[in-house]
Amino acid sequence: MSDLGHVLVLAGGLSHERDVSLRSGRRVAEALREIGVDVTQRDADADLLATLAADPPDVVFPLLHGTQGEDGAIQEVLTLAGIPYVGSPPGACRQTFDKPVAKALVEKAGLATPPSAVLSQSTFRELGAAALLDAIVTKLGLPLVVKPARGGSSLGTSVVTDVAVLPSAMVECFAYGEAALIEHMIEGVEIAVSVVDTGDGPVALPPVEIVAESGTYDYHARYTAGATEYFVPARLSTDVAAMVAQAAVTSHRVLGLRDLSRTDMIVDGTGRPWLLDVNVAPGMTETSLLPQAVQAAGIGLGELARDLLVAATRRPGP
Amino acid sequence: MGQDPDATQRITAAAPATGSRLDAYVDRYATRTHGMTASEVRSLFAVASRPEVVSLAGGMPNISGLPLDIVGSLLSDLVSTRGQTALQYGSGQGDPGLREQICEVMQATGVRGHPDDVTVTVGSQQALDLVTRIFIDPGDVILAEAPSYVGALSTFRSYQADVVHVEMDDDGLVPERLREAITTVTASERRIKFLYTIPSFHNPAGVTLTPERRAEVLQICRDADVLIIEDDPYGLLGFDGAVPRAIRADGDDGVVYLGSFSKTFAPGFRVGWTLAPHAVREKLVLAAESSVLCPPAFSQLAVSQYLSAFDWRGQVKAFRELYRERRDAMLDALDDLMPDGTYWTRPNGGFYVWLTLPDGLDAKAMLPRAVTNRVAYVPGTAFYSDGFGSRSMRLSYCYPTPERIREGVRRLAQVVEQEMELRAAFGASSSSRRPGLDAPAPDQH
Repeated sequence: MSDLGHVLVLAGGLSHERDVSLRSGRRVAEALREIGVDVTQRDADADLLATLAADPPDVVFPLLHGTQGEDGAIQEVLTLAGIPYVGSPPGACRQTFDKPVAKALVEKAGLATPPSAVLSQSTFRELGAAALLDAIVTKLGLPLVVKPARGGSSLGTSVVTDVAVLPSAMVECFAYGEAALIEHMIEGVEIAVSVVDTGDGPVALPPVEIVAESGTYDYHARYTAGATEYFVPARLSTDVAAMVAQAAVTSHRVLGLRDLSRTDMIVDGTGRPWLLDVNVAPGMTETSLLPQAVQAAGIGLGELARDLLVAATRRPGP
Repeated sequence: MGQDPDATQRITAAAPATGSRLDAYVDRYATRTHGMTASEVRSLFAVASRPEVVSLAGGMPNISGLPLDIVGSLLSDLVSTRGQTALQYGSGQGDPGLREQICEVMQATGVRGHPDDVTVTVGSQQALDLVTRIFIDPGDVILAEAPSYVGALSTFRSYQADVVHVEMDDDGLVPERLREAITTVTASERRIKFLYTIPSFHNPAGVTLTPERRAEVLQICRDADVLIIEDDPYGLLGFDGAVPRAIRADGDDGVVYLGSFSKTFAPGFRVGWTLAPHAVREKLVLAAESSVLCPPAFSQLAVSQYLSAFDWRGQVKAFRELYRERRDAMLDALDDLMPDGTYWTRPNGGFYVWLTLPDGLDAKAMLPRAVTNRVAYVPGTAFYSDGFGSRSMRLSYCYPTPERIREGVRRLAQVVEQEMELRAAFGASSSSRRPGLDAPAPDQH
């Protein structure tokens, strides 16, 4: 037994990212065990509440991705149960998981995000699609990125360079959720900056530069080892590196996030970072970005996870 | 996202680090592994295996009807009476006693084989692998039904075969289309190595080749000197009790027959077999030895014991009843609930219904919506090597209870209706022509 007591890693769930979550959970649990922390891992299923009540863990590391894991639901459940956990408070998760809401908040803080529009399935059904799609293309200009307003791992995301495929990109996106975020695609270098806070304030880890072999960092490129080349730290000038780090910390703060987050950006040709997405439960799989940044920072993943757990147990209330 | 090389130059630091691919061996893999990658669809099957989801996706045999106490005592007897053999290496060709029993089992399909021509394999999946290995050079053509078994397509792909699909209808493979395919391929100076067919209770199509067509297909292949690989895992699982006569029963040396105990007994033993002409059989045994030395002795003797000491025919009958009840539940629910414009096959045996969606819908693009609605299926594209099949899906009724099947179809019908509404709003037609062997792992039901 470690002095953390009973640590529970939650992974799985019923979102489209269940598989990714199971892998994240396994990796973090293993990293903790390697440094002697006593961990159990379980799924977030119908028996979860009964288990939490019957045998409450001392602290939880939720690694649920997608709906329920990142929309504040599991954080709300743990808060109600009075169990400390690693990660952001429910309200912060809710506003971050909703990409359009998060975009508005970080823009208010002075960060750039790609020009965009948000539309729901029902709007298209009620108003008809053709005119709306024309208006979108006219306003935003090609190329476009169509993605679910809530969700991760690039699921349901398409790059649209030809207006003829926009309708099918929209339909594929709507298979993942009610609302779509349509953004003008910014050309540039894809960067992810992880932020961690083990009690001394949020710190940006070295930026990760992503170069997908296919040119598109999609599900295949994310989870097939070898399909993407990563540069850590990213090949950025000192000034730009400082800017992306600052942008990530600013996002973390303005969204009210806690413990850890990951901000995905595109750095355009002028060196300006455009914020794409902020993740409250960053992936921890073998090919995920945060663990690469942690390694580049010279920290062990197990040690970081342990420090985050310790910080969670020390703060007042869950 | 796209990368702009100019942008990189302008903002990069002086000394770019070497990137990492997170796989030290990325440049060393053989060409045939290039398709082995992570897929969104496969990841969705992880959700499908949760109990909240009615999975009509997997093809796991329903072994709930097996008398496990009897199987347990058979296995216990096996270890205590024949443990020295059961726990030892065995012959590469397989246990001689079991090979004799396999010949008895095949008699139900009209096949009269000699035990010397039988090779026991690790499931019929290994038989597929061996047959492909000994016949296929990269670029060789394999003819296969459209659609075809995903596990076979996966094997064919790994040996870099070029699969040419041949159309089916409700009576199975269409002979005229087979003739045309042979003509076209031959005219293009490519070499057809064999026709791969599942004539009885097809996976995934659920249809059965009629006796007349069996004779015709055999004649066409004889005339064109095309070997037939007949895969027959479901032949004994016909719901009216009649076992279709295998093509091999009339085909002799022109047919390699593949059989399996996975559906008639239990898949956990991983015991299947081939019946092949003598010369082919010799190559198969050598290929099998290089791959697994010998099929597992324990599994073979367990199956052998089961066949000799248990009423296995009675058990097959019980399986037939179990699957028939589920087939009825699925067809009734589809008849009652599916929107107009959807159509499906009506299997008389086996595990699967092949359903085609209304024009313009895409089963692969719709799968996330289905999973959100707590129902899963396998998109049709998994059963084609060329990206076709996007309007179709495989529904399996083998594993869930009849009540769950009805509930699953109810959820699926809702999903189809939602998708139809949305497609109507966008006027978007079926989009994905992306090939991908996206099917559940074998342990996903």
